[in-house]
Amino acid sequence: MLLIPCPFCGPREEVEMVCGGEAGAPRPTDPRALDDAAWTAWLYGRVNRKGPQNEVWWHRAGCGRWFLLARDTRDDRVLGSWPIGAAPPAGLGLGEGGG
Amino acid sequence: MRFSLFNLVRQGLRGHADWPEQWRKAEPARSYDVVIVGGGGHGLATAYYLARRHGIRRVAVLDKGPIGLGNTGRNTTICRSNYLRPESIALYDHALRLWETLSAELDFNVMFSPRGVLMLAHTRHEVEVLERHVHADRLAGVDNVWLSPREAKAVCPPLELRSLRFPVLGAALQRRGGTARHDAVAWGYARAASALGVDICEGCEVGGIRVEAGRLVGLETSKGPIATETAALVAAGHSSVLAAMAGLALPITSHPLQALVSEPLKPCFPCVAMSGTIHAYVSQSDKGELVIGAGTDRYPSYGQKGSPPVIEDALEAVCELFPIFRRVRMLRQWAGIVDVTPDRSPVIGESPIRGLWLNCGWGTGGFKATPGSGHLFAWSIAHGRPHPIVAPFGLERFAAGRPIDEAAAAAVEH
Ligand SMILES: Cc1cc2nc3c(=O)[nH]c(=O)nc-3n(C[C@H](O)[C@H](O)[C@H](O)COP(=O)(O)OP(=O)(O)OC[C@H]3O[C@@H](n4cnc5c(N)ncnc54)[C@H](O)[C@@H]3O)c2cc1C
Ligand SMILES: [Zn+2]
Repeated sequence: MLLIPCPFCGPREEVEMVCGGEAGAPRPTDPRALDDAAWTAWLYGRVNRKGPQNEVWWHRAGCGRWFLLARDTRDDRVLGSWPIGAAPPAGLGLGEGGG
Repeated sequence: MRFSLFNLVRQGLRGHADWPEQWRKAEPARSYDVVIVGGGGHGLATAYYLARRHGIRRVAVLDKGPIGLGNTGRNTTICRSNYLRPESIALYDHALRLWETLSAELDFNVMFSPRGVLMLAHTRHEVEVLERHVHADRLAGVDNVWLSPREAKAVCPPLELRSLRFPVLGAALQRRGGTARHDAVAWGYARAASALGVDICEGCEVGGIRVEAGRLVGLETSKGPIATETAALVAAGHSSVLAAMAGLALPITSHPLQALVSEPLKPCFPCVAMSGTIHAYVSQSDKGELVIGAGTDRYPSYGQKGSPPVIEDALEAVCELFPIFRRVRMLRQWAGIVDVTPDRSPVIGESPIRGLWLNCGWGTGGFKATPGSGHLFAWSIAHGRPHPIVAPFGLERFAAGRPIDEAAAAAVEH
């Protein structure tokens, strides 16, 4: 059982949470301006990183809020979490995984 | 050495000391006509059919570890073809027909056991979904029948029909479905491919893919560079990691899928029983262990670790549906990393890079497809174009808006 640190509620069991997948791919502001390849890349392309990645999580059975979580997908170690829009803790920006 | 009665008796009289190794331990050569990355069932089968059916024998299968220790050696071995879409039914039934004669073809007992696959419905919604599968399969000429709860119990006597949490409202039965011995599939294909000249290189990890002007030119491996104009990535949960070496982002997310086995019991469970919404499925191995499949972890991961909440969900359901198993002890549990696509259908075909082929995205349910996947993929590589049965499964289907949605058939972690 993973303990997921909700930035609002503190550490909670994973079963209270929904993982929304990798962060860092904002919806294109004008989808009609994209060709099929660019739209498909946004809709279906995944980094699926083996290593530290930033993810969006939803504390469904708790405060109901979404937040960002950095986790290493090799061993599921949690590296930190922070509210959406806030600056990530030092060292957790990971470039494109930002948020 | 062939497996025959004569050889069995002869080796038996010599105390089984002289059986030769089943496949050559090869070191990679400088170049090949085709390199298969990934020595699971799909990769080994592809190499076998390339050599056997298409006369392409300068072929290597590279695996970072020993062969068959990925999902091939971790799965719960359910084989069936009762899918929903015509494309999938054709693909999986092609495989099921190959299973029926595979032991003879390979001269290796893969212990294919068509004992029947029973899929249980616990809600009105599931009844409708499974009935729809039955009709779709029968229209496609593939066996699948709808059973009343009592008929289901006759097929699977340990089944409790009136559990309060998961009452059985009916079930779909595919009689030709069943199980096979997972390790034997990897070993049998490796042995047969090796005998035809295929190099099986274990402990050879691919760490780079060389592309020039949009064409594949070679691979970087832990045992040195290999020149090749044709390579196939058949690496299941690690497909995204390999594709990224060629600059490709696949529509795949890797998740751990959980399974466990019990202590061995006397034969008591005659079929495979699956329950979709509760992510639990059971069969009994020839050694007598209950082989129990659970769900996937709810987050992406490459950590092949057990996950108590997922295992608990599955075991609660098993205890409800099969009360005779409530006091059985579990012996081992494990996870494998499965490559899940948005439509739960595999990706098979040439990638946008010329000469680089993909066979991945089988997710929670590719073991059953192993012979068919290898057979059709080898045909495609040999002809330079997808075989008609796999043509709908190309990566292009996502851009074209033609997904092959098997979420209902496969949300059942199979
Ligand atoms: C717990 C569990 C239960 C399952 N149950 C079923 C079931 O009942 N029925 C069913 O049909 N399917 C089932 N599946 C799914 C099935 O196991 C897979 O779809 C199938 O076995 C995939 O086979 P493969 O040959 O493509 O991959 P694998 O057997 O995983 O082989 C991939 C190989 O690639 C190698 N590799 C990875 N990266 C590299 C690299 N960089 N260089 C070299 N080699 C590399 C790995 O070492 C591995 O051996 C289950 C899976 C799991 C995990
Ligand atoms: Zn919270």
